[in-house]
Amino acid sequence: MKYLGIDSVRPRIAVFELTGCEGCELQLANKEETLAAFLDAVEVVNFREISSSSSDDYDIAFVDGAVSRADEVERLEVIREHAKVLVALGSCACFGGVSRLKNAFDLNEANREVYGDRPQETLPVRAVSEVVAVDLEIPGCPVSKDEVERIVQHLIWDVPYHFPAYPVCLECKQRYTVCTYEVGLLCLGPITRAGCNAPCPAGGLGCWGCRGPAVEANAEEFLTTVHERGFTNDEIAERMSFFGGFEGLLP
Amino acid sequence: MLFRILSRDRFRTLVETIMETTEVVAPKKVGVRSDGEPIHQFLPVADFDEMDLAHETTEHSAKTYFLPYRENLSTYAFSDDDWQQEVHYRIQPRAMVGLHACDINALLRLDKVFVRDHFPSPYYVSRRRNTLIIGIDHEPCEGGFCRSLGTDTVTRGFDLYLTDLGDRYFVAVGSDHGFDLLNQVGVAEISDRDTADYLEERKRIAGLFTTEVAVQNLPNLLDIEFESEVWKTWGAKCLGCGSCAMVCPTCYCYGTTERVSMDFSSGSKEKHLYACTVVDFAEVAGGHNFRPDRSTRLKYRYYHQHRGFVEAHDEPKCVGCNRCGRACLTGINPLDVIHDLQAEDEA
Repeated sequence: MKYLGIDSVRPRIAVFELTGCEGCELQLANKEETLAAFLDAVEVVNFREISSSSSDDYDIAFVDGAVSRADEVERLEVIREHAKVLVALGSCACFGGVSRLKNAFDLNEANREVYGDRPQETLPVRAVSEVVAVDLEIPGCPVSKDEVERIVQHLIWDVPYHFPAYPVCLECKQRYTVCTYEVGLLCLGPITRAGCNAPCPAGGLGCWGCRGPAVEANAEEFLTTVHERGFTNDEIAERMSFFGGFEGLLP
Repeated sequence: MLFRILSRDRFRTLVETIMETTEVVAPKKVGVRSDGEPIHQFLPVADFDEMDLAHETTEHSAKTYFLPYRENLSTYAFSDDDWQQEVHYRIQPRAMVGLHACDINALLRLDKVFVRDHFPSPYYVSRRRNTLIIGIDHEPCEGGFCRSLGTDTVTRGFDLYLTDLGDRYFVAVGSDHGFDLLNQVGVAEISDRDTADYLEERKRIAGLFTTEVAVQNLPNLLDIEFESEVWKTWGAKCLGCGSCAMVCPTCYCYGTTERVSMDFSSGSKEKHLYACTVVDFAEVAGGHNFRPDRSTRLKYRYYHQHRGFVEAHDEPKCVGCNRCGRACLTGINPLDVIHDLQAEDEA
């Protein structure tokens, strides 16, 4: 395949899952209209959800999920050694995700709550970048396949790609969504990185911050304005902790 | 100006006649605020009764039907050693009903930039020329300061402009297309009573304005207050979300992105409206950001509205609709910002 007269290299890609729901991996196998082209542009050498091959010889590793066990730490270190480029795929890999909520509790208590009298070996939840060096992070719950495609194009051909720096509000406005605050609900849109095309506020849920903070998010003024609108610190902190992306900015 | 009288029934017939062949976009109720007030947007309507011409204002302006938030500028097909470009302009006719004077005045400002300036935009021109505009007079909206900017009335930029006289509309005819449409459904010549009623209604509406901003010497005031602390105070409140520029009827700044299809056989250039309050608005190649802090970005937003545009086009870019003020979650609004600058000047 050629692009602008230049022959392409089909990078060997591998996809791995740690602690998570594997939904981001499923996204990679989604978007049927361009799936064949996507699989033409890359060579999948290790991806349990779509292939039986399991090679350790790969260029790009996509890691989905958070780190919550000792064996995951070991696997991740091996992946890092093999991969030329390591991409954290999805909110769990980027921030720890929903399972990071566990860190607010005593580890043994959390273990008992989930596994009862059959406790499992577990660690406090960490993002991939807290364990090994990460080259690129694609946040989102789940990730947008469109964004993944553009990042793969960027990795293969240096097609420029920039994550949007602005908050979700701009995308809400662009799709004519009535502001969640107009109807009196909480929304993290004003401080969350856009790029998702704002489906959750359009669906009436408000934003839950799965893509983490926008560049230079004005968290201070955000907190002032949501307090003025009657939301409590507990409500706000609960929402901001949901995907683990706002540590350090919590009220 | 040519004036005619249109009965309410015939206005209905007129809109329904247009609907037979053309997409009609009009204010439509899309939700209810937590305080019980209705929320309106300009949206396509399939039926006359879907329109709500009694709307106070729309959350967004009518801008996006002329300057879409995202617009494909061209597509490219690659073959081995060559490529071909395709450009499409939107030429399908559309009718917009229920624009207020500020909305039409906003289009006249955009015309200055995209039709009459050095580099007309064929994308804008094709949409503007193929859009029929039927405006309507209305009582002032909350916080709107259009009267201060002289944009509460309008005498051009539309095909028809209606003033509601209760049982009938007093219609200003702005184009031959509008005139033809009126003749299709049947109109009456104006009588002395109609004119008197119209002038009375205009006087009544003008008397309802309570919001006022002194904008006369604003370009000079802005220069004098360039280093003012007012910008820091208001800038600290800015979330950098760009909502103000999105809902603004005249904000037209944009960026372009090139995309390549996943099979690398084609590409496209897409334009997307951007906002001057967003963190990377003034970031250039190499990474330097000319406006790295919120207060500078907010300041330059006001400078473009009330100073830069005046220099280039002899009037402020702002039409006083206060949509930005309503959309801003942290309460940044032109009334208070300009008032604070004036207070600073007097202190």
